[in-house]
Amino acid sequence: MKTAANAPSTVDPPAPASFAEKGRDKWGALQGVHWGDKIFHYTTGTFAILVLALPLLMMVMLIAASRLSITNFGPAFLVDTQWDPVREEFGALPFIFGTVVSSLLALLLAVPVSLGLAIFLSELCPKKLRKPLGFFSELLAAIPSVVYGFWGIFVMLPWLRDSVQPALARWFGFLPIFQGQALGFGMLAAAMILAIMIVPTIASISRDVLRAVPDTEREAAIALGATPWETIRHAVLPMAKSGILGAVILGLNRALGETMAVTMVIGNRPKISASLFDPSHSMASVIANELIEAEKDIHVSSLSQIALLLFGVALVMNLGARWLVSGVKRRAAKITASVKLETSK
Amino acid sequence: MSYLARYARFNQNIRFALILITMFVFAACASGGDGGQSTSLTGAGATFPYPLYTKWIAEYAKLSPGIAINYQSIGSGGGIRQLTERTVDFGASDAPMSDEQIEKAQGVIHIPTCIGAVVLAYNVEGVSTGLNLSADAIAGIYLGEIKQWDDPKIKTLNPDLALPAKPISSVHRSDGSGTTKIFLDYLSAVSPAWAKGPGSGTSVSWPGGLGAKGNEGVAAQVKSQPNTIGYIELAYAVQNRMSVAKLQNKAGKMVEPTLQSTTDSARAFAGKIPDDLRVSIVNADGETAYPIAGFTYILLRTRQDNEAKGKALVAFLRYALTQGQSHAGELHYASLPAEVIEKAQKRLDLVTGPSGVKLQ
Repeated sequence: MKTAANAPSTVDPPAPASFAEKGRDKWGALQGVHWGDKIFHYTTGTFAILVLALPLLMMVMLIAASRLSITNFGPAFLVDTQWDPVREEFGALPFIFGTVVSSLLALLLAVPVSLGLAIFLSELCPKKLRKPLGFFSELLAAIPSVVYGFWGIFVMLPWLRDSVQPALARWFGFLPIFQGQALGFGMLAAAMILAIMIVPTIASISRDVLRAVPDTEREAAIALGATPWETIRHAVLPMAKSGILGAVILGLNRALGETMAVTMVIGNRPKISASLFDPSHSMASVIANELIEAEKDIHVSSLSQIALLLFGVALVMNLGARWLVSGVKRRAAKITASVKLETSK
Repeated sequence: MSYLARYARFNQNIRFALILITMFVFAACASGGDGGQSTSLTGAGATFPYPLYTKWIAEYAKLSPGIAINYQSIGSGGGIRQLTERTVDFGASDAPMSDEQIEKAQGVIHIPTCIGAVVLAYNVEGVSTGLNLSADAIAGIYLGEIKQWDDPKIKTLNPDLALPAKPISSVHRSDGSGTTKIFLDYLSAVSPAWAKGPGSGTSVSWPGGLGAKGNEGVAAQVKSQPNTIGYIELAYAVQNRMSVAKLQNKAGKMVEPTLQSTTDSARAFAGKIPDDLRVSIVNADGETAYPIAGFTYILLRTRQDNEAKGKALVAFLRYALTQGQSHAGELHYASLPAEVIEKAQKRLDLVTGPSGVKLQ
């Protein structure tokens, strides 16, 4: 039935189950379908092509716009640490460093919290609280980032400067990452605000993934005498692993591309520093900051190359995360296969 | 049968949707077609004078209803680019265009519209008002050479103040800005070390300090963190009642930043202002002149592509230079001195139509 066009069947099916199973001509157009449906088919198909075409066109445009910078600086652009629009020296390393480090730090802070929140909401929370708590965690995701930035400047920064940073310096000051003047502004502030912003994303998706684990798994574990923790650890989490990793990827994407809130708290200094207390900069921030007033062609071109690099960094980190997910899936598949083998013996 | 019936309804819906879409398209075409009677001008550029230009546009629309003006505050750099690419009728910039840029845009006339001043806002423990600063002190602070508030260079300027022995943290604009450009023109003019080091531009490589976004970002940082200094626009500081420092001008006098002392800095340059009005007026000579000031300009092509639009634009600018100046003060912008207005009027005489013949 599925290859109706290639092997005409002798008996016509009474009604196709879906458009995809209909016959097609050599152009891939549906045959024997009303013109209205054809239009619908092509319109939705165009939307699908747009999704493919937009990133490609964007990439082409960015490459064209950064040609001047690429030919001028070459690969040194990636490792140069100078950013001086007056002397026309441009290097992207401090921005790449700022974006990658702040996003990874944010993940480090956000993943345990969001996982805890998701597990509580799906496994342990009293039924009455489940809905309001879930609603509020999703509401956090809907707050515009400039509002987070505003809150960051007036509430979080003074708190970091007066309480958190002095405490960190006192207890862990021997570590180079907690040294230097406590300004509030800086890498730590950026990572914290990003963490707060991505918790709702990771938590709400992880909760949905955990809810999707069949109750039979939990019942089986409980029947074997597992405690709630053992049920979660050995029955629920392993099944939800790849979905949770997917949620973490979405969180990472939001952190990588976040512009406004980061710009408002990161301190905007293009220097690479080991200390989390020092001001830093990010790729999205420098574009948002400097593009509108950039007068020299080489400055605009360098900013465009930063955009291109941000594209690249997001792509690499996404591919890496996807590779991790597929690894988990492969291992899970192996385990199920071996279990099946055992039981069939 | 029910399958077929459902199908028929589906098709009806699609047909209905198509008819609706067609109607919308026709309606859009029809409304786009009429209304060609009035002249409409589009401008883009500096964010700093945006409130003033909006006011002028609104007031001017009452005087000559046939002209509709639309101004987008996208930043000076964007304004210059769009003027060069001929996507707007006029541009606006806080800094004059370079010779090279003017050549690329095939002839541009600069018309100053008002004067902006950059002030130093501070938050120092134990000092609520009355901080005095000099060019040396400011350059030293931003270069990172003066590290403490009780540094002798600051102390000698403020013998009566109890300056704390605390480190100074400086704040600058992280976003490219005409305010930064005026401030750095001043630092480059008064400090050879600054001119040789970071130099001047809308974005530079700062030797130290924090970068905050916009006037509001700098102001917030100064307000919330003790022992901080930052530069902001005069209008913003006045509206938000910030403590701002008096500056020692070229004549050696301590001058408070006000609209009057800003206008005075342009007046002090009288006789030295070139005919094309492209000039930096930082570090002015007069006794009452505040030293960190700069013109903000409207830019228009010398040869206008469209005679009617060119005439409308010149008429609007003449309004801005005369009646419009009275609105400047209300909105905390320093108005232009008479000499500058006279020169600007003469520049407007040079604007030509597409054939190269003068408009008036």
